[in-house]
Amino acid sequence: MERKVGEATKKIVIDPVTRIEGHGKVTIHLDAENRVKQARLHIVEFRGFERFVQGRPYWEVPVLVQRLCGICPVSHHLAAAKAMDVLVGADTLTPTAEKMRRLMHYGQMFQSHALHFFHLCSPDLLFGFDADVEIRNVIGVARKHPDLAVQGVMMRKFGQEVILRTAGKKIHGTGAIPGGINKNLSIEERDFLLKDIDQMLEWSRGALKIAKDYTVGNLELAKEFGSFPSNHLSLVREDGALDLYHGNLFAIDAEGNTILEQTNYQGYADHIAEEVRPWSYMKFPFLKALGPENGWYRVGPLARINTAKFIDTPEAEAARAEFMAVTDDKPNNLTLGYHWARMIETLHSAEKIAELLNDPDLQGTDLVTQGERRDECVGLLEAPRGTLFHHYKVNRDDQIVMANLIVSTTNNNEPMNRAVQKVAQDHLDGAPEITEGLLNHVEVAIRAYDPCLSCATHAMGKMPLVVELVDSDGNLVDRMAANTAE
Amino acid sequence: MRILVIGYGNPGRLDDGLGPSFAELLEEEGIPGVTVDSNYQLTVEDAEAASRHDAVVFVDASVSCEEPFVFSELRPSAEMSFTTHDVAPGAVLALARNIFGSSVSGYTLAIRGYEFDEFGERLSPKAVGNRDAALEFLKARLRRGELEA
Repeated sequence: MERKVGEATKKIVIDPVTRIEGHGKVTIHLDAENRVKQARLHIVEFRGFERFVQGRPYWEVPVLVQRLCGICPVSHHLAAAKAMDVLVGADTLTPTAEKMRRLMHYGQMFQSHALHFFHLCSPDLLFGFDADVEIRNVIGVARKHPDLAVQGVMMRKFGQEVILRTAGKKIHGTGAIPGGINKNLSIEERDFLLKDIDQMLEWSRGALKIAKDYTVGNLELAKEFGSFPSNHLSLVREDGALDLYHGNLFAIDAEGNTILEQTNYQGYADHIAEEVRPWSYMKFPFLKALGPENGWYRVGPLARINTAKFIDTPEAEAARAEFMAVTDDKPNNLTLGYHWARMIETLHSAEKIAELLNDPDLQGTDLVTQGERRDECVGLLEAPRGTLFHHYKVNRDDQIVMANLIVSTTNNNEPMNRAVQKVAQDHLDGAPEITEGLLNHVEVAIRAYDPCLSCATHAMGKMPLVVELVDSDGNLVDRMAANTAE
Repeated sequence: MRILVIGYGNPGRLDDGLGPSFAELLEEEGIPGVTVDSNYQLTVEDAEAASRHDAVVFVDASVSCEEPFVFSELRPSAEMSFTTHDVAPGAVLALARNIFGSSVSGYTLAIRGYEFDEFGERLSPKAVGNRDAALEFLKARLRRGELEA
């Protein structure tokens, strides 16, 4: 129960404690008239890692940080390696090192986006948000659209093969090292990947069409569903192009006006701060220039397509132009727009992989460079879910003495709360009870951001998604478990 | 009989590393017909790998199962994660059967763990004992080629 002075409130709790993704919970606060006052997404983000890494030698960090997350270890691996490049004074990597890392990153982006789309998003789009949970899942997709289910698996597998051949291992890769890379791509490895790339491009086009057709065909729904105006932040290349691996910080407001212009991310702390709120373990980042109230922003595929002036691969650029035309070239603020944007990036990643595989620099042997040693370093990367920050200080004994990480999902903390609140307002007001529909819509809204609630443990025996209704006297009056269909 | 054993969990989170630790030890045994894999978590491509075997055993830490371990036959299920890229053992089995046309059978080996809430690359002493007991149990069954729970 939660009661504030002078006004009764009711609290509905949606408690998704999934087996692997860590601990999350949605609480929806109602007033006495059962109107939604506020929605909060609670995520137990385990921050102990920043202490755990202290005292370790800096060269271990790119491998060590992969322990953070079983979902995007490559992103942490590369963000940490980019930071360590700065530390060892490797301001410009060799072409082979830069391109091997980019190939690894596009492989990660490709597999992550494909998996999210086919196995988590497509059931919502293909069967509808209100479809029975017995059907609205990947097994339902496998039964009704087996070709799509196979594509999802094989695209994920292809991305993993790219990672294996660039990072050296499927998990806990060691490819990226301070100042470069520890392997090139052999001709045999190149040819192994090349034989499937045309199929991957074709399937990427198909997935993009599904996402686009859904959004265009349901535009009125998409305009309302969990949507709200926001700032957008990402890295962009110096010429304004989408660049998932490297660039400068760039932020715009909901109308497209520039807030942060091409800013070197080594100075990110001058522009971005993190607010702590007592009810959440996860911090709330904001642009200092606008303050915590107005400076929060979205990251991830939607933000990246909004901030980029163009994409440097032809098919993804054509798709970007179609995407932006829906909002008359103004920023797209639709929560469901994430799915379409994610598939534009999937196609872009496939195009980039194809381009890189045909680049002879990948067979180069000049792998590592270095320069003047520094004591502090920042590495940023556009991870699948959004901008990922790694910041370290290192002492003269080469030991880490400070680490600060802002993960993508933390950057999207406030937007996810806003999306849940919008959905709750649209689907709950006047009816203080948990319904399957409410739960479904909250899930769909959060899922659009593809949040990673990881950094938690993986063991069996944790609870599935649970919804609890608590009345104004603190009594549990309703409870619903979800996502347990068999 | 071709059997796939997948040990999974995060070795950087104390007893959550029981699955990978189990897989590492089992692989050293080199039991004929047994393929061993290890990962942070299950993923959809595990369904494709499972589909090429007669049986798959999922080995994971458990926060609450009976000590020292519980071995069970697995039913296919549509259970999916709330947000992102996790796949439950039953869903891997269902995908292997539904999209790859396999008749693979599935089992879970849940090993009781105790410490999960800190970073650290070590297993608790009691978890090590449970892992070793589970290993002896499964090795015997794998050598006989009989997995029925």
